[in-house]
Amino acid sequence: MTPEIATAIFLTIATAATPLLIAALGELVVERSGVLNLGVEGMMVMGAVTGFGAAQITGSAYLGIVAAIICGALFSLLFGILTLSLATNQVATGLSLTLLGLGASGMIGENFIGLPGVKLKAIEIPLLSDIPVIGKVLFSQDLIFYISILLTIAIWYFVFRTRAGLTLRSVGDNHTSAHALGINVLKVRYLAVMFGGACAGLAGAHLSLVYTPQWTENMTAGRGWIALALVVFASWRPLRIVAGAYLFGAVTIAQFHAQAQGVAIPSQLLSSLPYIATIIVLVLISTNKRMTMKNTPASLGKPFVPDR
Amino acid sequence: MIRIELEKRAQHSAIFSLTSPLIALVITAVLGAIMFLMLGKSPTAALYSYFIEPLTEMWSIHELMIKAAPLILIATGLSVCFLSNNWNIGAEGQFILGGIFGSALPIMYPEFTGPMVLPLMLLMGIVGGAAYATIPAFLKARFSTNEILSSLMLVYVAQLFLDWLVRGPWRNPEGYNFPESRTFHADAVLPEIWFASGRAHWGFVFAILIAVLMWFVLNKTLKGFEVRVLGLSPRAGRFAGFSSNKMIFTAFIIAGGLAGLAGISEVSGAIGQLRPVISPGYGFTAIIVAFLGRLNPLGIIAAGLILALSYLGGEAAQISIGVSNKVSAVFQGLLLFSVLACDTLIHYSIKVVKSARGKAAL
Repeated sequence: MTPEIATAIFLTIATAATPLLIAALGELVVERSGVLNLGVEGMMVMGAVTGFGAAQITGSAYLGIVAAIICGALFSLLFGILTLSLATNQVATGLSLTLLGLGASGMIGENFIGLPGVKLKAIEIPLLSDIPVIGKVLFSQDLIFYISILLTIAIWYFVFRTRAGLTLRSVGDNHTSAHALGINVLKVRYLAVMFGGACAGLAGAHLSLVYTPQWTENMTAGRGWIALALVVFASWRPLRIVAGAYLFGAVTIAQFHAQAQGVAIPSQLLSSLPYIATIIVLVLISTNKRMTMKNTPASLGKPFVPDR
Repeated sequence: MIRIELEKRAQHSAIFSLTSPLIALVITAVLGAIMFLMLGKSPTAALYSYFIEPLTEMWSIHELMIKAAPLILIATGLSVCFLSNNWNIGAEGQFILGGIFGSALPIMYPEFTGPMVLPLMLLMGIVGGAAYATIPAFLKARFSTNEILSSLMLVYVAQLFLDWLVRGPWRNPEGYNFPESRTFHADAVLPEIWFASGRAHWGFVFAILIAVLMWFVLNKTLKGFEVRVLGLSPRAGRFAGFSSNKMIFTAFIIAGGLAGLAGISEVSGAIGQLRPVISPGYGFTAIIVAFLGRLNPLGIIAAGLILALSYLGGEAAQISIGVSNKVSAVFQGLLLFSVLACDTLIHYSIKVVKSARGKAAL
């Protein structure tokens, strides 16, 4: 395999992995605060349609990204108000966020179907992008790829190396104790939920501005759910999410290549591989009970109502 | 800054248990009216064509029953899952597998006719849905794999499997290459409710009978008690000698079987052949139906009719006032949000207070 082909393959894998990585990192912060938001798919698709629309109107992919981030955060606030202030069931509320997002994005995007999109341009970093092989792979990508890498490092540092990260984890592990220590549990959770929403919005913008620069209904195609599975797979650790996201990116790209080569396997079977892989990975990780038990935020999914 | 405070009620409010779904409907209608205003349409005309117009003609009442049948069947099964704390959100996939299994007979053996065909098809539909639901149940019971994600992933797999079948091995040999199966012969079509009664088929009758039966089982038998106890507290359930692992299988198999029955009823009664897409998202809408019906099968009958109306209303509104039928999906999402928010009233009294301590806001 020549270096050019290797570079090309890695670039496509990175494109498939980036939205999964960003959405999963956001959800990791949410779940570390003890909240399970199953609305990732809905927030992502809202980000995708907003990003596409804003880029269409303004002509700037960057403004599309900003709009998608804001939209994701605001949309997640809806989930926050219900689950945090009204203590509703998190599973059901997250599901309704997904259903609403899929519906609303379909309605908003009806006039966008078939329009040519605005593609986010790659940014070549001077000097570094001239390094053979690695330069093309790591330093001549689009802005969202760079953000995804920086975000991984930043979230790892935040969660495990800062005081605020410790507060986040304490809220997720035992909200009653955290409350007794004077931490405003609901405020921490609101911030975490909105951060997760912003990340999902950004991930959606990647889909409609980089991955396939156009709008199609339900274009997230289950990626929000795969991102949720990645958080479990990574047992709530940011660096493992990178590994998981790139593994799934590789599976996705492998099935595209197999379809393009005309392999004698039905295309539908190949398309279902990422979903089947998700189930297998979930089973493998859940057989390792000790590791999942140790890392699962203990308050995950439990509503908290402060009594004063 | 305004802050919402919840105060736990000493016991849950009987009044709000009954009225919270109604309050949710009113809130959704108000939100819908605002949405139509923003779209530049008259809210009264829109809500009229949405919720009243479909009820003024006989043929659309038949359509209402056709669309309500799968919703009620699936949601009844889901209520057992949700009450016992099993989050099966893959009913859409179980519906599709039911449709596929049941269709195997008329598609693969079209020469086999007679009165035995339909009962066999329905049975196979139930088996197909139940078998598909056993996968996430087994993975949860054996490996404690998260059933939300596994059941949902299987929806995508089921959709792709159906797509492969109707474009590949099961494509109609006389169908000019359209991605459709052969049309079912007369013995394989679920008949209308009575002779020449109209389009609505027996699926609706099944739905009502099964919902009533399930209401009885859940509310008047020990098994129903077991479902609730294991849902509220698996530990307490184990002390009473109930097995949560067995309950996982029971709940998933019931939900899958009913979704499968809904699937084959829809394919046989309403469509008459297999197509690449056989459901406009019934499996997901049924989740809303289950919650709007407060997980009570009798409530689910009413909720299923209301959600079926939202599908019809979407089509009616598209024709009469020219709004996109995508509005239905938005309505459905808003409705679930309102239902969940109003359910809070049952357990808590809600106070909106002006925050005295500025930094404690939110």
